[in-house]
Amino acid sequence: MEFSLFKRLSKYEWLVEPFGNMRVPAILFASEKLLDDMDHKVYEQATNVACLPGIQKASYAMPDAHWGYGFPIGGVAAFDPDEGGVISAGGVGFDISCGVRTMHTGLTREDVEPVKEQLAEALYRKVPAGVGSRGLISLSPDEMDAMLSGGARWAVRKGYGTKKDLEMIEEQGCMGGALPEEVSLQAKKRQKNEMGTLGSGNHYLEVQEVVKVFDAEIAEVYQICEGDLVVTVHCGSRGLGHQIGTEFLKSMALSAAQFGIKLPDRELACAPIHSDLGKSYLGAMRGGMNCALANRQIITHLVREAFAGVLPKAELEILYDVSHNTCKLETHAIDGNPKQLFVHRKGATRAFGPGHPDIPEIYRSVGQPVLIGGTMGTASYILAGTRESMDLAFGSAVHGAGRSMSRHQALKKWRGRAVIEDLAGRGIIIRSPSQRGVAEEAPGAYKDVSSVVEAADQAHLARKVARLEPLVCVKG
Amino acid sequence: MVSPHWEHFHHESDIGVRGQGPTLETAFEQAAHALTAVITEEPVSPRSIVEISLESPDLEFLLVDWLNALIFDMATRSMLFCRFEVELDGTHLKAKAWGEPVSVEKHHPAVEVKGATLSELKVQQLQDGDWLAQCVVDV
Repeated sequence: MEFSLFKRLSKYEWLVEPFGNMRVPAILFASEKLLDDMDHKVYEQATNVACLPGIQKASYAMPDAHWGYGFPIGGVAAFDPDEGGVISAGGVGFDISCGVRTMHTGLTREDVEPVKEQLAEALYRKVPAGVGSRGLISLSPDEMDAMLSGGARWAVRKGYGTKKDLEMIEEQGCMGGALPEEVSLQAKKRQKNEMGTLGSGNHYLEVQEVVKVFDAEIAEVYQICEGDLVVTVHCGSRGLGHQIGTEFLKSMALSAAQFGIKLPDRELACAPIHSDLGKSYLGAMRGGMNCALANRQIITHLVREAFAGVLPKAELEILYDVSHNTCKLETHAIDGNPKQLFVHRKGATRAFGPGHPDIPEIYRSVGQPVLIGGTMGTASYILAGTRESMDLAFGSAVHGAGRSMSRHQALKKWRGRAVIEDLAGRGIIIRSPSQRGVAEEAPGAYKDVSSVVEAADQAHLARKVARLEPLVCVKG
Repeated sequence: MVSPHWEHFHHESDIGVRGQGPTLETAFEQAAHALTAVITEEPVSPRSIVEISLESPDLEFLLVDWLNALIFDMATRSMLFCRFEVELDGTHLKAKAWGEPVSVEKHHPAVEVKGATLSELKVQQLQDGDWLAQCVVDV
């Protein structure tokens, strides 16, 4: 991207002054190198978002931003409902509440190495992954509605996990205000057999080693040490979320003119938060969030079962669970005054800093864990929310590496088998139903996650705490 | 004019599906072939049939609705499709899609499609008379 488009606010902060119909500036967080490599579409999309009614402060893009649908992926924007603020299906994304959950295991590499193959096989067998896979639970209409209202709390009531798990999930495992009646029958039908499934694409389940601790004090609070093994799950709201996104994207695109909203791009489809359509989407989307939380909770249960069969001494306790495709009602200071805003994070992780009341008490002194997924061959990171982040971008940070190459290009460049063998040579076991899927997700098709995390740290969006590297990866 | 064909086009994180043909119907059919090819490159057999009927506000939304109807049927019926017959009357679509249950052993499916998007959405007649139907799908 051309540097001349921006006014440089700091080493990692790039501002676009409002022009045309922009109501607020756009601010991109990136190193020079990341900005240089970023697609021009990110600039277009971030400035388009700045044109939407009721937007507050600025339209933000995180260091891992790339070309999305209407909103950039890595986009953050907050809206005041009382100033005509909108809610956007594209600003949340198709995979509502897609997110990352990391669990302690109480194990080290020495425990796992002798049984690594068995463990990989057990996880692959227990957790349904890939196209056409079916969960073990089929929900009746009543159970579906209870799940949409209850999220992970519903799952725990059904015997998948413990009450203690819920404390370590954003919203304590249940997004309030869900309206199951606003979720279409089609969306429910699509979900009927998909509870407790991983999905495909960039979704995965990994056994990872903490290879480096950068901040010992915060790591101690998060109870992680170098050499510890953790399990991380990356997945979302499955077919239900995808169907909600599909349906509301269309109805919002068709009704924008009726609300007097001029869309710079049809994909920015949105509706006033106070409108019937806005309320309907909000209720359905919150149901989608609960579906994702319930899904990750069921997968946690399946992971525990897999470990119990291979390494019974493992104790899987949730470190934290974050969602990176959301719209949440939060309180933020605007010109020094607290305001209730609807914050969209599309491919961005909430990163609340120390002292925030929404963080579990045991983490409150250091800020919430911010879990960043990497690619199967490289690394993942645990960061911590910062005080500065609350002012920088409504308490938000990056969500992952972000693709640097299309699936098509990746497929031309790599073969699944070769990728699997290469990783095996480095001690990483891959299990996947699809070799082509593995090729499309080859580590080289992604940006360098470390540079993205470094930029988030340097920009004070979140603080680097630990680096994780995979031993076992189940790819959907 | 060229014979009906499909292709994928570049999108940074996802993938674009494009169908082209001498008629609007064939362009829609080819876009559906491109959709299947996102998931699998293996042969799919026409063992059973699904009927789809849709009405949309305009031709571009009709393409998105058509692809989303196929995505919905693939997900809920656990099927892949290989043959399509589309009839259009204005913005009303009636179609038949033939396919079979998805099999990991037979089809090695790479990725499931979450939904068709409005990105790069185009339904238009080209200068040579051919029709083009395309959009990006989220995977």
